[in-house]
Amino acid sequence: MAKTLYDKLWQDHVVRMDEDGTALLYIDRHLVHEVTSPQAFEGLRLAGRKPWRVETIMASPDHNVPTTDRSQGISDEVSRIQVETLDQNCDDFGINEFKMDDIRQGIVHVIGPEEGASLPGMTVVCGDSHTSTHGAFGALAFGIGTSEVEHVLATQCLIQKKSRNMLIKVNGSVAEGITGKDIVLAIIGKIGTAGGTGYAIEFGGQAIQELSVEGRMSLCNMAIEAGARAGMVAVDDVTIDYVKGRPYAPDGQDWDKAVAYWKTLHSDEGAIFDAVVEIDACDIQPQVTWGTSPEMVVTVIDKVPDPAAETDPVKQEGMMRALEYMGLQANTPIADIAPDKVFIGSCTNSRIEDLRAAASIAKGRKVADNIKLAMVVPGSGLVKQQAEQEGLDKIFIEAGFEWREPGCSMCLAMNADRLEPGERCASTSNRNFEGRQGQGGRTHLVSPAMAAAAAVTGHFVDIRDLE
Amino acid sequence: MEKFTKMTGIVVPMDRANVDTDAIIPKQFLKSIKRSGFGPNLFDEWRYLDHGEPGMDNSQRNINPDFVLNFPRYQGGQILIARKNFGCGSSREHAPWALEDYGFRVIIAPSYADIFFNNSFKNGMLPIILSEALVDQLFNEVEAEEGYRLTVDLEQQAIIKPDGGVIEFEVDEFRKHCLLNGLDDIGLTLQHIDDIKVYEEKRKSEAPWLFK
Repeated sequence: MAKTLYDKLWQDHVVRMDEDGTALLYIDRHLVHEVTSPQAFEGLRLAGRKPWRVETIMASPDHNVPTTDRSQGISDEVSRIQVETLDQNCDDFGINEFKMDDIRQGIVHVIGPEEGASLPGMTVVCGDSHTSTHGAFGALAFGIGTSEVEHVLATQCLIQKKSRNMLIKVNGSVAEGITGKDIVLAIIGKIGTAGGTGYAIEFGGQAIQELSVEGRMSLCNMAIEAGARAGMVAVDDVTIDYVKGRPYAPDGQDWDKAVAYWKTLHSDEGAIFDAVVEIDACDIQPQVTWGTSPEMVVTVIDKVPDPAAETDPVKQEGMMRALEYMGLQANTPIADIAPDKVFIGSCTNSRIEDLRAAASIAKGRKVADNIKLAMVVPGSGLVKQQAEQEGLDKIFIEAGFEWREPGCSMCLAMNADRLEPGERCASTSNRNFEGRQGQGGRTHLVSPAMAAAAAVTGHFVDIRDLE
Repeated sequence: MEKFTKMTGIVVPMDRANVDTDAIIPKQFLKSIKRSGFGPNLFDEWRYLDHGEPGMDNSQRNINPDFVLNFPRYQGGQILIARKNFGCGSSREHAPWALEDYGFRVIIAPSYADIFFNNSFKNGMLPIILSEALVDQLFNEVEAEEGYRLTVDLEQQAIIKPDGGVIEFEVDEFRKHCLLNGLDDIGLTLQHIDDIKVYEEKRKSEAPWLFK
């Protein structure tokens, strides 16, 4: 029978299955960071257990780390204790950790792929909802809670039920300047933040095949914002070329054997999906969110929607609440909205291609006077190094951006980088929830080029209008 | 894990859709390395008018009298009714920890985000899915009657209303079994050590690069 990509990945990892469909699923790669792991390690110790296969774990502190000078360590005591706890746990159990002073340190969803630790055909988990990122490699990757982190540590498995299959097909090619971020925001705008709940989403179609692996990562990263724990893209030559030669990727005979297997990781002709959504790529414009949920999104040439036009009373109430929180009036042109801060970074958009796209806009321009802070936070030490080799840091600094150390930073503001109440931010991150980037902060999600364009013009602008 | 069998409690109506985990427990409280103590900061940014940080004396803070959790009639609430897509956003288990620490044992909503739903069961909490129409009806009844309580009987998969009316609900058999008996997932999985080892041997021959 014809199988979907998800069917294949699932089937290859089932250890055992009960009659009611409850399965024990084997986990190949476990990424660990400081926020969701301490209680899991504590549980492991209390039960006198050890990690089942310690070599499958890769750890790095990312949420709490400062993005400014690190020579003095972390000044916030609570943050420091959490990072030290991760270091201690990794040392005690012999876990491979890229500590804060390691060039390879970074956001776990950036370093897994960068190191070749996230591979096609793997099951990849992490106590972090944006683990869906790694589905870009044709892997089954999803976020888990802390109880499950402990469960994977102790057993190398998870108790799971199979999700349903959804195919989101983006037909045709996107226009120049339209990124994986714009595609995924357009998808979320169409299906809603709960549209993918209960599904594993496969993204397919010409526009997806034409994306780089990094673009596919931005896309799969936000599958969770559409409600799906896992998003994925079939393996092709682009995937295989990206993986080749990375430190933890297979080599020699293993490489050939792996590639032969990876080439089977696509949905078969005639495979049945429980739901199919089709989108025309040519309709996708640069996206900007206006509200407090990623589904509250329009294009840069649109206006802020009017709740009066909404017929569903719960939705209407949500829109009014969002407008009030965001300090926006209905029908305001998006291009008239002026941010106070600009954040380029996060597990969605902090890879080298993201920084190149932002730098291409920043080059030869200056951050506008009304922008209090424009910051670029690379996703890892190695991304930072690569960007500096290409001279991107100089472009940003000359334009008036701050060039920072790697971490999650202002995506969720667990470190010192945050919005003050009422501040508005053009952000390349993934969530515009109330308070996400700091209590009272107002987030507009955009692509890296759109964020850089907002920084240099002082308001949202269609990047295609910038010459 | 604490068993869940049957309970009766005050019902609190949370009349918002898409309540996300950042709202349930804001990020600054995620810096704790403990599993408990999150209750006083549940819904922190909605519940208090001032900015909360870990270690603050919450009894001295400025509470928001307009937030439902602060209404005198809902004090001691143990059952939360909510709108669709409750618990969306991050995978933080701190969200169910905070709800449980506050005193909630049951949530009733038309739908949940997958990770939150899953995390709740692992902490002795029961998230129940009812149709939007039934949830609407419960919202109306709770708001109309001070001291409105429901009884939730997991064994019978039934919600008993003050007027004696019964609403039945569905629950996954495996999760029900774990909740009723307070079973720890890890203990259950470790009963299958042999299966895991057999799988590993087979996989090692098929995909040796995963074992290096």
